[in-house]
Amino acid sequence: MKLPAIVHKFSSPKNFYTMSGKLIPWFVWGFLLTLIAGLYYGFFVAPPDYQQGESYRIMFVHVPAAWMSMFIYMVMATSGAIGLIWRIKTADLMASASAPIGAAFTFLALVTGSLWGKPMWGTYWVWDARLTSELILLFLYLGFIALQASIEDPRNAARAGAVLALVGVVNIPIIHYSVEWWSTLHQGATVTKLDKPSIHITMLIPLLLMAVSFKLYYLASVLMRARGEILLREQNSRWVKEIVENDSK
Amino acid sequence: MTPTTGSAFIALIRRDLMLSYRHRNELLNPLLFFVIVVTLFPLGTSPEKQLLQTMAPGVIWVAALLAAMLSLDSLFKADYEDGTLEQMMLSPHSNAVLVLAKIISHWLVTGLPIILLAPLLGLFMYLPSQGIYTLMLTLLLGTPILSLVGAIGMALTLGLNRGGMLLSLLVLPLYIPVLIFSANAVDASLAGLEIKGQLYFLGALLVLSITLAPLATATALKISVE
Amino acid sequence: MTASEFFHMGGYAVYVWSSYGLSAVVLTWVFLSPIFSRKNIIKELRMKYRQQQRQQETPENE
Repeated sequence: MKLPAIVHKFSSPKNFYTMSGKLIPWFVWGFLLTLIAGLYYGFFVAPPDYQQGESYRIMFVHVPAAWMSMFIYMVMATSGAIGLIWRIKTADLMASASAPIGAAFTFLALVTGSLWGKPMWGTYWVWDARLTSELILLFLYLGFIALQASIEDPRNAARAGAVLALVGVVNIPIIHYSVEWWSTLHQGATVTKLDKPSIHITMLIPLLLMAVSFKLYYLASVLMRARGEILLREQNSRWVKEIVENDSK
Repeated sequence: MTPTTGSAFIALIRRDLMLSYRHRNELLNPLLFFVIVVTLFPLGTSPEKQLLQTMAPGVIWVAALLAAMLSLDSLFKADYEDGTLEQMMLSPHSNAVLVLAKIISHWLVTGLPIILLAPLLGLFMYLPSQGIYTLMLTLLLGTPILSLVGAIGMALTLGLNRGGMLLSLLVLPLYIPVLIFSANAVDASLAGLEIKGQLYFLGALLVLSITLAPLATATALKISVE
Repeated sequence: MTASEFFHMGGYAVYVWSSYGLSAVVLTWVFLSPIFSRKNIIKELRMKYRQQQRQQETPENE
């Protein structure tokens, strides 16, 4: 399958490095602005919940973190697939740079969910379908990271990781569906309040702002990680040597 | 005249079975593990019938998962180490087909004995005959899935030094749906409920694995063998 | 809301602030770690290039 020429232009490590260098400040500023806006709105404009009082405000980090955990996995699997099929180095880099960020968001989703669960359900953990699926997602991320870490050659590590991530992608709906089946059959836990919220607009806005803010955070972070990796992998090329020489810090 | 892929397929199964027969002592290890692990549960919890019966489907299935995972070592390792695997991959036949042949012969000597041991373990855990019947049915559908998905993990970790631990981390999360539906089916059958849904799901997973796992495994082997 | 209400979060302060605090710590760390790595990478590469240069400047001095 031939790709349009423009993809090849952006897929060269050097172009990627230069372009991402220009984009990162924008992403960082965007992240900070939406973060502040979202937090302000979430704490000072959105009213306390009728049933949960103030504890529901955890939602403004918990839900975006959970969304990111899934979004990043899809990006990881997709860029891994692109790297595997079309052998594009920068796609490989995007996949491996995304993994730790995705794992961090998954971890945060689990912990903030647990901290929200204690006041809401009275317990830190419950084998709710969503928590369980999210926990397994964390295992998938850690497996990916561990696999890549144990393979010396970066090209092979990228390819192996891509295969694993793709197998994981196929499994995510399966796992989610099975766990849902399993937990509805063992129903004993109270139904998650998030299930059918007709969410108030004053709560929806900060939620969306935080979601956007986290996406911008991810973009900034993944590009920074990828750039560092590019410097290492392309260390024998002249353009990297120039950058290292000229770097004053 | 090159042999057809079909005859290569059969030849590979025969070869693997013959090799397994020659090393039949090694085959016993995962099976003994299976039995011992199940035995540990009454010893570690209580010998009380009610408790064991409730735990039985899950415990036997978890033990089967672990035993299946341990048995994966015999899938590609030997051929990888003496270079046969590389030769196989150079053959004109589709790698995925050859991989499927290896997985089938692997299942015949690891998964099938697990199914045959199930009644004994059901007995240990006070599982009534209805439950044992369902257990064997789920194992029949499930153990091939374990071999197929496990093969992907094995292929990915083939060249690595301490691949064994990593293999568990990679493969066990993928085994979870099989565990859930199988254990649940046995539970349901004990309660007199329908198990068709669970069995259909397992069947679907099996078909999906047979179709995709050999391809993923072949790709992973290409990466590891280089 | 008042400052005291803000800190108390209706009695749920521990949960709410632990969540936000942990999120802040983790996300800051994940954000900063490539920045620190970059400094190390540049340093290492610089040393490596100097080494390579030295090896080139003294060729075959057995």
